[in-house]
Amino acid sequence: MSTLDPVVLFFVLGVAAGLARADLRLPPAIYDFVSMLLLLSIGMKGGVELARHSSSRLAAELAAVIAMGMALALLAFIVLRYLGRFDRANAAAIAAHYGSVSVGTFAVGVAYLGRAGISYEPQMILFLVVLEVPAILIGVVLARGFGPGTEWGRLLHEVFLGRGVFLLLGGLAIGWAAGQDGLEGLSPLFVDLFKGVLALFLLEMGLIATEHMGGFRRHGALLATFALVAPVVFGAIGAVVGFAIGLSIGGTVLLATLAASASYIAAPAAMRTAIPQANPALSLTAALAISFPFNILVGIPLYSRIAHWLHA
Amino acid sequence: MEHPTRKLVTIITEAALERDLTRDLELLGIDGYTFSDARGRGTRGRRASTWEHNQNVRLEVLCDAALAARLIEHLRQRYYDDYAMVLWLQDVEVLRPEKFR
Repeated sequence: MSTLDPVVLFFVLGVAAGLARADLRLPPAIYDFVSMLLLLSIGMKGGVELARHSSSRLAAELAAVIAMGMALALLAFIVLRYLGRFDRANAAAIAAHYGSVSVGTFAVGVAYLGRAGISYEPQMILFLVVLEVPAILIGVVLARGFGPGTEWGRLLHEVFLGRGVFLLLGGLAIGWAAGQDGLEGLSPLFVDLFKGVLALFLLEMGLIATEHMGGFRRHGALLATFALVAPVVFGAIGAVVGFAIGLSIGGTVLLATLAASASYIAAPAAMRTAIPQANPALSLTAALAISFPFNILVGIPLYSRIAHWLHA
Repeated sequence: MEHPTRKLVTIITEAALERDLTRDLELLGIDGYTFSDARGRGTRGRRASTWEHNQNVRLEVLCDAALAARLIEHLRQRYYDDYAMVLWLQDVEVLRPEKFR
């Protein structure tokens, strides 16, 4: 495929509107609605497939994926702290963002595979859910240790009951319980509209990304370099892990995409209250203004190549 | 006509703090307050209020001078270093002073 997926063009349109300061904004309630639809439909799709055929090695795969999420956060921390000379709080907060995952990037990956006609394992949705959490916890431990001062109960409540994890798991449960036939009446909204909803979501993400682009003039080349290099390295690691645990080409592409992506919803909210000393502009600029556009424009096709090459 | 006066404390801060602030207010014994969405810019950048993680809230509390002083001291110690927060204090006349300790 030589041309960009049209949904990605909506992101480009949003960026263009933001840069030109066009009078364009998705109303906040619509943005909330669109992101809820995305989370639910991704969850439901996974649930339906998971009910039909689940992997017998699921526990082992989940363990490998969680270990990967933790390792990526640690790796990011070490690079930022000792190579990038960031202070402890900021290194830990950015590491938490990069170890965690972005549902928006995953959705673009799903659309990419759909367009290429490549299937993927249903448990990818579970991997998406479980990868949100461990890196955030690692980030807090790296910044503050296990000592007092961290309200663990509250933090766990926030990461497990945040909108992302909750709606993904809820959709998964509904899809699993209802099965393909049970969801027939719902599929016009949740399945058929998926790409249209994703397009609107990406339009708004383009606008939001340009709002944060100013941040990277202030925070320098070092952060920008990290935000471009980390997705490639982490994506390659994700592809190797996916290949090693026996995923198909499609699954490998998606695991690489997850590894490469950086959270910009769950992690920022958790980091702001758990590591208040960290500057939220640093991690949001990196994740949202650089890594997210990079992943959806260049990264996903690249991870697809890596996956094909590994499987060849 | 003169009415009894109370303090109006107005706080503009990050929406991420709303839940924490609600809890603080209750611990301080303040049982009436108003949150509203806000947008603007300050020394910590612009908050456009369209995206939930980049929103501001405006919190208004009517109370007596002693309670206002405790509230301000608490906010100063707990949030001023790490969060975007602006607050100011005014004398206002109220019609039903028994509502606002």
